[in-house]
Amino acid sequence: MKKALSLILAVLMLLSATLAFASCTESKDAFKVGFIFLHDENSTYDKNFIDAAKAACEALGLTEDQMILKVNIPEGAECYDAACELVEAGCDLVFADSFGHEDFMIQAAKEFPEVQFCHATGTKAHTEKLPNYHNAFASIYEGRYVAGIVAGMKLNQMIADGKITADKALIGYVAAWPYAEVKSGYTSFYLGARSVCPTATMKVEYTNSWFDIALEKTAAENLIAAGCVLISQHADSEGAPKACDAAGVPNVAYNISTKDIAPNTWLISSKINWEPYMKLIIEKTRDGKGNEIPYDWCGGFEEGAVQLTELNEAYAAPGTKEAVDAAIAAFKAGTLKVFDTATFTVNGAKLESYMADVDSDAAFTPDTEVIKDGYFNESADGLRSAPYFDLIIDGIDAAQ
Amino acid sequence: MRNNHKTHKEPLVYITKRGELPKLKAMMIKAIVILVGILFCALVTILLTSENPLKVFKAMFTGSFGSPRKVWNLFQASAILLGISLAVTPAFKMRFWNTGAEGQVLIGMLATITCMFYIGDALPSWLLIIVSLFASIIAGAVWAGIPGYFKAIWNTNETLFTLMMNYVAAQLVSLLIMYWVPSGSMVLGLVNSSTQNGWFPTIFGQKYLLNIIIVALLTAAVYVYLKKSKQGYEIAVVGESENTARYIGINVKKVIIRTVLISGALCGVMGWILAAGTDHSINSSAVGGNGFTAIMVSWMSKFNPITMIFSSILVCFLQKGAGEIASNLGLNSSVGEVLTGIMILFIVSSDFFVNYSIHFRKKERKEKQE
Repeated sequence: MKKALSLILAVLMLLSATLAFASCTESKDAFKVGFIFLHDENSTYDKNFIDAAKAACEALGLTEDQMILKVNIPEGAECYDAACELVEAGCDLVFADSFGHEDFMIQAAKEFPEVQFCHATGTKAHTEKLPNYHNAFASIYEGRYVAGIVAGMKLNQMIADGKITADKALIGYVAAWPYAEVKSGYTSFYLGARSVCPTATMKVEYTNSWFDIALEKTAAENLIAAGCVLISQHADSEGAPKACDAAGVPNVAYNISTKDIAPNTWLISSKINWEPYMKLIIEKTRDGKGNEIPYDWCGGFEEGAVQLTELNEAYAAPGTKEAVDAAIAAFKAGTLKVFDTATFTVNGAKLESYMADVDSDAAFTPDTEVIKDGYFNESADGLRSAPYFDLIIDGIDAAQ
Repeated sequence: MRNNHKTHKEPLVYITKRGELPKLKAMMIKAIVILVGILFCALVTILLTSENPLKVFKAMFTGSFGSPRKVWNLFQASAILLGISLAVTPAFKMRFWNTGAEGQVLIGMLATITCMFYIGDALPSWLLIIVSLFASIIAGAVWAGIPGYFKAIWNTNETLFTLMMNYVAAQLVSLLIMYWVPSGSMVLGLVNSSTQNGWFPTIFGQKYLLNIIIVALLTAAVYVYLKKSKQGYEIAVVGESENTARYIGINVKKVIIRTVLISGALCGVMGWILAAGTDHSINSSAVGGNGFTAIMVSWMSKFNPITMIFSSILVCFLQKGAGEIASNLGLNSSVGEVLTGIMILFIVSSDFFVNYSIHFRKKERKEKQE
């Protein structure tokens, strides 16, 4: 009994001593930014964010002491704890990069109204209406459309060379989850390909994981075995590009250039560049104008948020570069719409009206009309930045 | 005997078992080994990163003690790890290799989240918390009880069986999230975030205080159960020798099944705390490896619940320190994990130096010449 008592006393003393010690550290004067990442640099998804965060801080002249990176933060209470710790360490702005961080960021945003919280890929900022909580995405569907043009022209070349017949122009797509972000991505890629190769069709295989090298490799191999002559992906590993290189099948990747991973069969990759957004939120917060950060920010080609990596001109069809530049110019000018309802059908019919689930609610009710002026208004201003195109159009076989 | 051996060379190093050491001396040996471990970590740090090791140690310390909130977070993480360590202890003490704590805790979480999801609005919060507790206890006990029953009746390999049950639990969680979240994002988010129904209340403004109090009570209960109760004694006997247990009239099958059920039920309780008191959400990796780390904590502490308090705090301290090194010094988080691994290796091996002494061959030639 005595032993237990002394033990409890010892623990209490330790606790109070550390509390006392702790309360007198960490200065709060300098401007600081905190970042929360789901994994570390070993994940291509997080590396893309980490690189952008570092580049933005450097470009704006922030010193190393002014940025705190927290990696390997799971999508649970740890995210809330990490956000609070960053605030306590003096951060005026906290950013998180994974969809599952959202609720925990909102929890922290409510607790610290004087700090700005920004979250990539989330969907709730425009309905929560907190002045210090913001979502962001990029109109990557436009980038995928352009990457699709590269793929379509490659298919045309293969048809012209007699390698395949026009009816065999089957694209394979390794997809993570049957989620709007992914569906919007593969549909735009397919529409881009079909805009130049009208007989193209597409087969989708889900891996049910955002990052799994082995599963993505197997999925690509299955697709190739099923007759796919070109592969693209929305999954975060190099599994599919490697499988393509081994089989000699042209490949379009995502977020990273696969020049070194698939040296013989790489074509191009579309990529989100988060640096413009990072710069925007850091500058606004530093100038005390955090409330000017929009609820939803969706950057495109114009802002430099959507990019295409280097084109493998030796392998791509002749004229691809010109077609890519023309498409990008058209997107910048606003004359090209990816989801033009004149270019696709759903269950054999043209899409005249569609209610999408834009505002998050527990029942996932469709709430907003998104067909406007003859096109599906993806990631629209005033709606939300994260994609909500979740239809399966004719020509795509996405049976699970 | 000795004369016969004189012609042979004595080995360069040999090891003998020590007798019982006085506690103070044993503590001293452990302290020295840990000190050597710290110095070794410093050396590795210099070699790997060319950072000042003092800076790294300071970062490790601020990771856990840098602010009051960090201290709370440390105690919260330690409480979860401690609770799961306590939960696996009865089974391991009986030499039942329960590698399924990860899944048993997860299924306990799932039971609580399911209650919050379906009857979150029908019951007052306090009643919902109690209903969730019972659901979690049953879920955890069933998840451990299935391999336990097979072990007791057909002597199946419980290590593999419990390990496989982890994957079944994780897939079950994924399946239900897929069903609950039709958008396909696979993220459940906070359950009952507006009403906070089924969430543990904050005490003195502290979110995690109730978690810590419950685990403290569990620690005392498991201590008494293992050390003072008849059932605890039976567990010890079955663990040492099943034949002895049978000889003195213990129903071994009954003890195995009962102990495994208790172990699973405690895991269920921890799942309840994680779901209702910490995350208020679930995903297939929500236990985060604690179910496996707990096995190490339990063995490191020689199944003593009081020692486990310190072991779990130490492990969490090292983990948080590793994270802090990554964020403050811009080093890859693996560096922190390497250092954590080295420290744990030294701590575990300190027992070796307490139990055994090492002798080096003495220079006998000189003696002969004289």
